[in-house]
Amino acid sequence: MINNAIIFISVSIILTLVSFFIDKKKTLAGLKRGLMMFKNIAIPFLNILILVSLLIYIVPPKIIQEYLGAKSGALGLAIAAVVGSIALIPAFISYPIASMLIKQGASYTVVATFMTTLMMVGIVTLPLEIKYFGKKVAILRNVLNFIIAVIIGLLVGLIL
Amino acid sequence: MKKTLKKYQPYLWLASFAIFTLISFLVGFQPGKDISINFKQFFIEMISFIPFLFIIIGLFDVWFPKAKIEKHIGQESGIKGIVLVILLAMLQAGPLYGAFPVAYILYKKGASIKNIFIYLGAFSCLKIPMLGVEMGYLGWKFTLVRTLVSLPLFIGIGYFMEYRLKDKNFIIYDIKNKP
Repeated sequence: MINNAIIFISVSIILTLVSFFIDKKKTLAGLKRGLMMFKNIAIPFLNILILVSLLIYIVPPKIIQEYLGAKSGALGLAIAAVVGSIALIPAFISYPIASMLIKQGASYTVVATFMTTLMMVGIVTLPLEIKYFGKKVAILRNVLNFIIAVIIGLLVGLIL
Repeated sequence: MKKTLKKYQPYLWLASFAIFTLISFLVGFQPGKDISINFKQFFIEMISFIPFLFIIIGLFDVWFPKAKIEKHIGQESGIKGIVLVILLAMLQAGPLYGAFPVAYILYKKGASIKNIFIYLGAFSCLKIPMLGVEMGYLGWKFTLVRTLVSLPLFIGIGYFMEYRLKDKNFIIYDIKNKP
């Protein structure tokens, strides 16, 4: 975790310096924009952290290991894929959940599947997608993405 | 009244948690204390890198303005076309439904069916801001493996969609200007 902070802090400092030498005005605009984006995401992010803090207290690791762990098999995969497809949490703020799940004993397969379906499949936003692409194409895209999300999960679990 | 309620609604959860924590410490409610200690750890983890990630994203945003790049991408074909739509997608942020209007723009400009779906695939799993948080929370190994596994699969979906929809009158509707 500390390593992470060091990497992100040094990269951001180096980029800012380089950018500043090339173009002062642009750099200030960029920093401002970054800060604005951070401000927009901060509250939802904190809310997710509260949720995760509660979950980690309420749900014992044993249950997570049993239903989402390495031995959960098809059931764990199915839970991850279905919840990921339905849930409408922006991927950006769902990483704390993913990280918590892994620390509590969920498998990489389950977490990768959950994250991928969360990003690629949207049941709740399907009506909107249909407006753009028509029924057939939208449903086809979601079904295909659901399938590859499971494949991605299995492969990631296999490799890691 | 309703308006103010809506304005403060995002803070509701946060405020109740703060009150809950305060009371827990005042009356010595152990579960409440434990939960707030969990929260403190998660908060430190988050604040140690997320703001810096946003500095990087903000700089990216001014040096590679999406709208300008969108203007120049569309009709290219072959490998170059695929690489360009993927790069365009990587610069984006936000949820997948935010990608549909861009898909419409690409379609309007004559991008191939394949490239439109590759764009959607890349949008959902290769956005730079997202890769940043992912690396922060799950480690670069996870990000690298997930990315390399996903890439060929969603390019495959692009090819499959083109094959399936080629002679089927594929249309993306502009829902803003729809009657």
